[in-house]
Amino acid sequence: MTGVAANVPAVSAWSDHLVVLPVVLPIAVAGAMFLMDERRRQLKGALSLATVLVLLGIALVLVGRAGEAAQVYRLGNWAAPYGIVLVADRLSAPMLALANLLGLCALVFSFARWGGAGPRFHGLFLLLLMGVNGAFLTGDLFNLFVFFEVMLAASYGLVLHGSGEVRIRAGLGYIAVNLVASLFFLVGVSLIYGTTGTLNMADLARRLAAPSVDEVGLFEVGCAVLGLAFLIKCSAWPLGFWLPTTYAAASAPAAAILAILSKVGVYVVVRLSLLLFGEGLSAGYAQSCILAAGLATIGFGTIGILAARELTRAAGYAVMISSGTVLAALGTGSERALSGALYYLVGSTLAAGALFLLAEILQRGRDPAEATKPVFADEYRDPFDDPEATEVGRAIPAAVSILGVCFLVCTLMLAGIPPLAGFVGKLAMFSGLTSGTMTASAWGLIAALTLSSFGTLMPLVRLGIFSLWVPSDDPAPVLRAPEFVAIAGLLVACLVLALWGGPVLAYADATVAWLSRPQDYVHAVLGAAEGGRP
Amino acid sequence: MELVLSAGIGVFAASGVWLMLRPRTFQVVLGLSLLSYAVNLFIFAMGRLTVGAPPVLGAVPEIVSVDDPVPQALVLTALVISFALTALFLVVLLAARGVTGSDHVDGREPHRVEPHPGNPLP
Repeated sequence: MTGVAANVPAVSAWSDHLVVLPVVLPIAVAGAMFLMDERRRQLKGALSLATVLVLLGIALVLVGRAGEAAQVYRLGNWAAPYGIVLVADRLSAPMLALANLLGLCALVFSFARWGGAGPRFHGLFLLLLMGVNGAFLTGDLFNLFVFFEVMLAASYGLVLHGSGEVRIRAGLGYIAVNLVASLFFLVGVSLIYGTTGTLNMADLARRLAAPSVDEVGLFEVGCAVLGLAFLIKCSAWPLGFWLPTTYAAASAPAAAILAILSKVGVYVVVRLSLLLFGEGLSAGYAQSCILAAGLATIGFGTIGILAARELTRAAGYAVMISSGTVLAALGTGSERALSGALYYLVGSTLAAGALFLLAEILQRGRDPAEATKPVFADEYRDPFDDPEATEVGRAIPAAVSILGVCFLVCTLMLAGIPPLAGFVGKLAMFSGLTSGTMTASAWGLIAALTLSSFGTLMPLVRLGIFSLWVPSDDPAPVLRAPEFVAIAGLLVACLVLALWGGPVLAYADATVAWLSRPQDYVHAVLGAAEGGRP
Repeated sequence: MELVLSAGIGVFAASGVWLMLRPRTFQVVLGLSLLSYAVNLFIFAMGRLTVGAPPVLGAVPEIVSVDDPVPQALVLTALVISFALTALFLVVLLAARGVTGSDHVDGREPHRVEPHPGNPLP
């Protein structure tokens, strides 16, 4: 490549191309897969498993290499504000690893049963991963839109996977909401382009740092409209009523991988807030709105999970609470609280994914909850008050005991009870919030997090007792090997997160420190000549 | 020209929002299409309105009015995506109609309120 990229160091070493592989590899494999006969399901499964394993490996290598600077990949070696850039830095690389780990476990889970429930599951699955990976890596807003649409289009297919009236009805609402969100996205992007003349995130940050934007008011309106699209995606109150219904209706592996979709919204809000509004013309813009939305989301999610009668719905509300926690921590403006929240985000996403998988096994074969039954049925009748069924020495099937342990780990993670990572994350947030002068927002967040812990613990224990301990006539749940491997994989990742909590928290601290220096990001993407720094 | 274009976008958007909030799924699809037309025109307008200007600055130096090509590229991408997703939405709509037997967005007909003798309009 000649001409434009004269002063840009050429991408030469093969390892530099690792940054583009998380986008190229899944779309290539998915494209090949759509050409294959639908009956060759085992080959497709093996191909997708190999692809996701490679993707996870690449993501871990990128996490290891994400040092003090970002790795920037210029497609076609065109210089940054004109060409397309992919950026793997300290925030996007761990999110990439999280997405692919969750993807791997959901895929393994689907081998037991769900992979064959409808056509083109594996292709859609890889396309979804491609969209998520691209959204994490991209360095400009319009490609973010394109990757969002790829991700959403694949997710529409996955929500409908398995068919059935409940899924189609939930899918109809899900698609309508997300189409409107995409329109908001487009309006926001075009307003930002119209006022600044660029869509490259680094270029935007540079132009905002220097007072060269004339219409700051209109630019902020554009950012607000754009933010609406992401807040719909991360299901912030009052834009998130679609989430629990959709995720509860989706098949288990699809719901588990959809848990990462709301985190894409959270990721973009964190990235753009710190990049564009950290300093410069509109510093601190919309921070209080994000705080309020986060607190309201935590509150709504807690009320929702208290009212949930099915584990899948409870897991959906747990996803909402976790998104709201990160948004609220971002809104307080405390760096240490944000790093704790990022740590919490990883753990709670893994645990929520595992809960979706567990819920499917536990609810399989049971009747769906009826709206006419009281929520707290055991208020009226002691479930253990049946002498014949509760005789001493009743054999518990091995599957039930394994599921019980997994459910316990999930509950501890999501409710934030010691000794697991959910607690460590919340403790890190609390210590971050209490370290400085205590503001009303810090107290509010501490109160909301404490209440949401309690509010998560109570319904999960209740639902767990109902599905694991209360004797019933339903056949005992069957746990197949791939299902166990998938759930155990997610929960072992949670345990690793807790055991190596110190290094991971240090990494999160360094990530937030990196994010709060937007000029370094600008410098890494635009290079010395464009960044205005030596 | 600005007035006509902004009025057009406004009419499209207003009709789209009204249709999208209607109870039948087909009205929702039409509303979404109208909204996406409004948004596409809006993106177009964000590149500033010019008449007869070349899309990029050529070799002739005296041309000062240039049409910005980037929003046009954006519109093209957005158009393709919105067409595809509208088609997908239509398929889901038909599936929902077939499964539930109703084209109401809730998947069932709303409860009919029996007219009261004293109050003929329910």
